[in-house]
Amino acid sequence: MIKAIVVFNNHGKPRLIKFFQHYNEDMQQQIVRETFHLVSKRDENVCNFLEGGRWASGKSSDSENLIGGSDYKIIYRHYATLYFVFCVDSSESELGILDLIQVFVETLDKAFENVCELDLIFHVDKVHYILQELVMGGMVLETNMTEIVTRIEEQSKLEKSEAGLTAVPERAASAVKAGLAGAPARVVSAAKNLDLPKLPSNIQLPNLPSFR
Amino acid sequence: MSQLLEKLTMPAPAKLRDLIRQIRSVRTQAEERAVIEKECANIRGMFRDEDNTYRCRNVAKLLYIHMLGYPAHFGQLECLKLIASPRFTDKRIGYLGAALLLDERQDVHLLVTNSLKNDLNHNTQFVVGLALGTLGNICSVEMSRDLAGEVEKLLKSSNAYIKKKAALCAVRIIRKVPELMEMFLPATKNLLNEKNHGVLLTAVCLITEMCDKSPDALAHFRKQNKMVPQLVRILKNLIMAGYSPEHDVSGVSDPFLQVRILRLLRLLGKNDSEASEAMNDILAQVATNTETTKNVGNSILYETVLTIMDIKSESGLRVLAVNILGRFLLNNDKNIRYVALNSLLKTVQTDLNAVQRHRSTIVDCLKDPDISIRKRAMELSFALVNSNNVRGMMKELIFFLEKADAIFKVDCTSNICIAADKYAPNKRWHIDTMLKVLSTAGSYVRDDVIAHMISLVSEASTLQAYTVQQLFRAIQEDITQQPLVQVSSWCVGEYGDLLMSGQVEEEEPLQVTEDEVLDTLEKVLNSSGSTAVTKSFTLTAVMKLSTRFTQTIPRIQALMDQFGSSVDMELQQRSVEFAKLFKSYDHMRSGLLERMPPLDAKVGSKGDGEEANTNGETTAVSPPASPAVKQEEGNALLDLLGGGPSPAPVIPQMEKPAAPPAASNDLLGDLLGLDLSSPAAGPAPMVPGMTAPQPQMDMLGGLMDGVAAQPAVQMSANNLGIPSLTAYEKNGLKISFSFQRDNSNANVVIITLTATNSTDAPMNEFVFQAAVPKTFQLQLQSPSGSVVPPSNMGVVTQVIKILNPQKAPIRMRIKLTYNYKGTDVNDMGEVNSFPAALWQ
Repeated sequence: MIKAIVVFNNHGKPRLIKFFQHYNEDMQQQIVRETFHLVSKRDENVCNFLEGGRWASGKSSDSENLIGGSDYKIIYRHYATLYFVFCVDSSESELGILDLIQVFVETLDKAFENVCELDLIFHVDKVHYILQELVMGGMVLETNMTEIVTRIEEQSKLEKSEAGLTAVPERAASAVKAGLAGAPARVVSAAKNLDLPKLPSNIQLPNLPSFR
Repeated sequence: MSQLLEKLTMPAPAKLRDLIRQIRSVRTQAEERAVIEKECANIRGMFRDEDNTYRCRNVAKLLYIHMLGYPAHFGQLECLKLIASPRFTDKRIGYLGAALLLDERQDVHLLVTNSLKNDLNHNTQFVVGLALGTLGNICSVEMSRDLAGEVEKLLKSSNAYIKKKAALCAVRIIRKVPELMEMFLPATKNLLNEKNHGVLLTAVCLITEMCDKSPDALAHFRKQNKMVPQLVRILKNLIMAGYSPEHDVSGVSDPFLQVRILRLLRLLGKNDSEASEAMNDILAQVATNTETTKNVGNSILYETVLTIMDIKSESGLRVLAVNILGRFLLNNDKNIRYVALNSLLKTVQTDLNAVQRHRSTIVDCLKDPDISIRKRAMELSFALVNSNNVRGMMKELIFFLEKADAIFKVDCTSNICIAADKYAPNKRWHIDTMLKVLSTAGSYVRDDVIAHMISLVSEASTLQAYTVQQLFRAIQEDITQQPLVQVSSWCVGEYGDLLMSGQVEEEEPLQVTEDEVLDTLEKVLNSSGSTAVTKSFTLTAVMKLSTRFTQTIPRIQALMDQFGSSVDMELQQRSVEFAKLFKSYDHMRSGLLERMPPLDAKVGSKGDGEEANTNGETTAVSPPASPAVKQEEGNALLDLLGGGPSPAPVIPQMEKPAAPPAASNDLLGDLLGLDLSSPAAGPAPMVPGMTAPQPQMDMLGGLMDGVAAQPAVQMSANNLGIPSLTAYEKNGLKISFSFQRDNSNANVVIITLTATNSTDAPMNEFVFQAAVPKTFQLQLQSPSGSVVPPSNMGVVTQVIKILNPQKAPIRMRIKLTYNYKGTDVNDMGEVNSFPAALWQ
C-alpha cells in the first residue's frame, strides 16, 4: 500500500501532500522536512530507494519511523525542480512504483500541456483531482493516462457548465461590487484555468527522461 | 500592486491565485505567517457569516494553507456543507477537503456518512466517483458497516469507472472490518471477466486483500473459484496481445496489471503444489518473453522472480529466476541492481548453489558507488562464504573493509571473524586474517573480536612466536587502534620471551631488544590516545614481562612505581599491587605471572553464563544467515527507538573481554579451592569494563591483605529491593514490569511483564514488542498467551531479558497491538523510569 505521496521542490517547499493515513499538520510537515532532508542530499547516480532504518541514509532517521518503521520504503524520482516521493510498505513492488511515478508525471504533463512547477503551485486542486483518478486509498486505481485525462476533462466540463448556468446573475451582482477586479467569485478552478498567465517558463520540466 | 488589487476587490475575498502570489512574494517565514493568519481570519469570518457564494473559494484557499502546514481543521464543517450542496463544483472541492482535512476519528464522520450515502446513489457517475473516492480514503469502521451495502451494489454496476472505484472501496472496508468480506465474495466472481483493465487491476487488488486477510478466502479462491487458471489466462492474453495503445507503457502491455497478477499468483501458489503446478508454464513464459530494455519490463521480471521463489516451483524455473537476478546485477540501472541484490538475499537460504554462481558479480557490487547497493552486496557476500571460497572471499572482503564506510566496519569485522572462525583452512591463515582485520579496521572491531583473537593465539602454541612478532610489528607502527594494541599487549605480555627467540618460519625474524619492547609499551601507556582499558592491558603486560625479560627488571619496577600515582584509580590500584608483589612477595612473582594455559573459549562459555553472552561464541554457532538476520533485527530495533543514542557500540572498549578472566578464575579457583563463579561477576559493577585481569588481582590482593570476602558479599544483594513499575496504562490495559537480576551474570536484567485488562471485553491477539538502544541486547521470550482476559480476571505474562554490558541507564520503547471488540489497537510508548538499581 502507498502510505503517502509528497511532491516538493529543490528547496523543500511542499507542492503536493497526500497522506493515506492520518497525521496532524505538524507531523505531516515534519515528515516532509525530513524526507526532503534525506532525499535532497542523495546523488543523482544512486538508486531511488531509501529504506527505513539507518543504512540507506547513513544515519538513523526519524522520518521513516514516523511513517511506520523498517517495513517502509521511500521511492522517489527527481524531475528538474521537483521531487516526487512515494512512501510505500513492503506489499508494493519498488520498480512498479517507479513506473507509477512516471505515469503520474506523464499524466500531469498531458493534463497541463508541458507541466512546470508553477502549474502545480497554482493548480494544486487539479493535481489532487488527477491523483484521485490514479491512486485511491493508497492503492493504484488506474494507470491508463488517456483514461485519466479524459475523465478529468469531462469533470472540468461539468464544472464549467454549472458555472455558466449560475454565472449570469452573480456576475452582474459582483461586477457592480467588485469593479475593476471584476472576476466573479465562483468556481475557483474553472476560472483559474481560463486566464492563468503563463509565467516565465524557465522552470519548465525538461522532456521527461525515458527509461533505458 | 497586489495590495492595490486587494483593496479594489475588498468586498469579495481574494482569489486563490492572488493569495498564492501574495504568499510567494513574501521574503520571510514571519511575513508568510502574517499573511496566512490574516487570510485565515477572513476565511473564518466568512464561514461564521454563513457565506454561500465564496465558500468554495475559501475552502480551496484553506487547502492550500493546509499544505503549507498551517492548521486548517476549522474548515472541516464547511467541507461537509459543500458536499451537501447540489452543485458538482461544490461537491468536488468539498470531497477533496474532506479527504485532506478529516480523519477517521472525527465526530463529523456521522454527518458525512449521510451525504456519502446520498451521493453513492446519485445518477451522475462523477458524483458517485467522488463519493467512492472519498470513502476509499477516509472510511472508518462505522462508515464501513453503514455503507458496505451501497459499495457492494456499485461493485456490480455496469459502469467501469464506478466499478473500479467500488472495488478499491471494498478493499478499504475489508481492511477496516474483516467480517464484511463475506459480503463481497460473490461479487468478485464476475470481476475477472471484465475487459476494462482498470477494473481488472482493482479486482485483483481486492482478491489479493481477501486472500491476505483470510486463509478461508484463500482456500476458496484456490479450489472453488478456479482462480489460478483464470489469472493465467489474463496474463497470457496480456503477453500475447499485440500492441494496444491504451495500455502500452514503453512497449509493454499494462505492466501494472501484470505485476498485480503475479503478486496474487504468489499468494495462491505459496505452499500449494497444485496451484504452483498450474502456473509454472506461464511464469516461464513471462520470464523468457518479457522485453528487458526498459524499466517496466524489469519490474515485471522482478515480480516474476519473486513469485517463482515463493511458490513451489520446479527447480529449473528457480535456476532461471536466479539467473535473471544475476543478469540484473550487471544492469546499468542502479535501481535494478539494488532490487536484484535484495531478492538474492532473500533466496540465498533456499537456492544457495544457484546464487553462488553469481558470486563474482556480487563481489563486484562491493565497489559500487551507491551505499545502499554496497550494503546489500556486503550482506550477500557474507552469506556466500563457505570453506571452498573462503580465501578468495576474505581477500575481497578485507579489501572492502579497508575502504568501507564507517557504518559498515563494525558489522564487517564481526562477520569476517565469524566466517574466518567457521571456515578457516588452517590456524595460520586464521591468525593472519584476524591480524589484517585488527590492523585495517581500526577501532571498529567489537570486543568479542579481541577476546576471540586472544583465545585463538593462546590455543595455537606453534604459532605464538610468529603471532607475537607480527603483532609487535603492528604496534610499533601504530598505537592508535585500541583493539589492536590490546591484543598485542596481551600477547607481548604472555609471549614476550618469544619475541627475542627469533624462531619463526618463513618470515624474517624480528630483531628487538628488551628495551625496545618496553619503549613501545611505555609509549602506549603514556599516549593520550590510549583508553584506560588499553593501558590496563599494557600495564599487566609489562608486569608479566618482568619474569620473561632478564635485563630490564629495574625499569619495570620503576614503571610500576610511576603508575602508583596515576589519576586513574584502576591503573593506580594495579600498579600498587604489582609494586607490592616486587617488594614483599618476590618469591611468588614468577609463579603468579606464569604463562596462561590455552584458553578454550567454548569451555568458558559453557561453564559460565557471562561468557556466553559476551565472547562471541553465541554468534558463531548460529546458522550462516545469522549476520544478515541479526542485522535486520538490529535495524528494526533502532528504528523503533528513533533518535536514540548514536548507533552501534561506539565505545567497544567498554565491554568486557571476557574469555581470559574466566579461564584464569577457574584456574585460580581450583588452586585456592574456592568457588569463584560469583565473585567473578562481583567486582564488575564497581569498575565497568575492567574485568580482564582484575579478578585475579583481587584474589591476590585478598591473599595478601585479607579482604577476599568483600566482592562476594556484594552479589547477594542482587535481587532485593528493586521496585516494580507500571510501564503502560491506557484504555484499561495495564502493563507492569517486575525485575530481577540474573544470578549468573550481573549484566543481565530479567523483567517479568504482566498485562491485565480492566475493561469488560477481552483483548485478543495481544502482542507486546520492545526495543532498546543498540548498547543493550534484548531477548523477548514467548508470552503466556495472546488474549488478555477482561475485568482483571487473568493476566498475560512474558519474560524479557536485557543484557546491559555497559551498565547504562535502561531505556525501552514498547509497541502494543491487540484487537479490542473487533478493532485493531496499536500503541507505542517509552519507558524511561527504570530503577537505577538495575544497572548499578
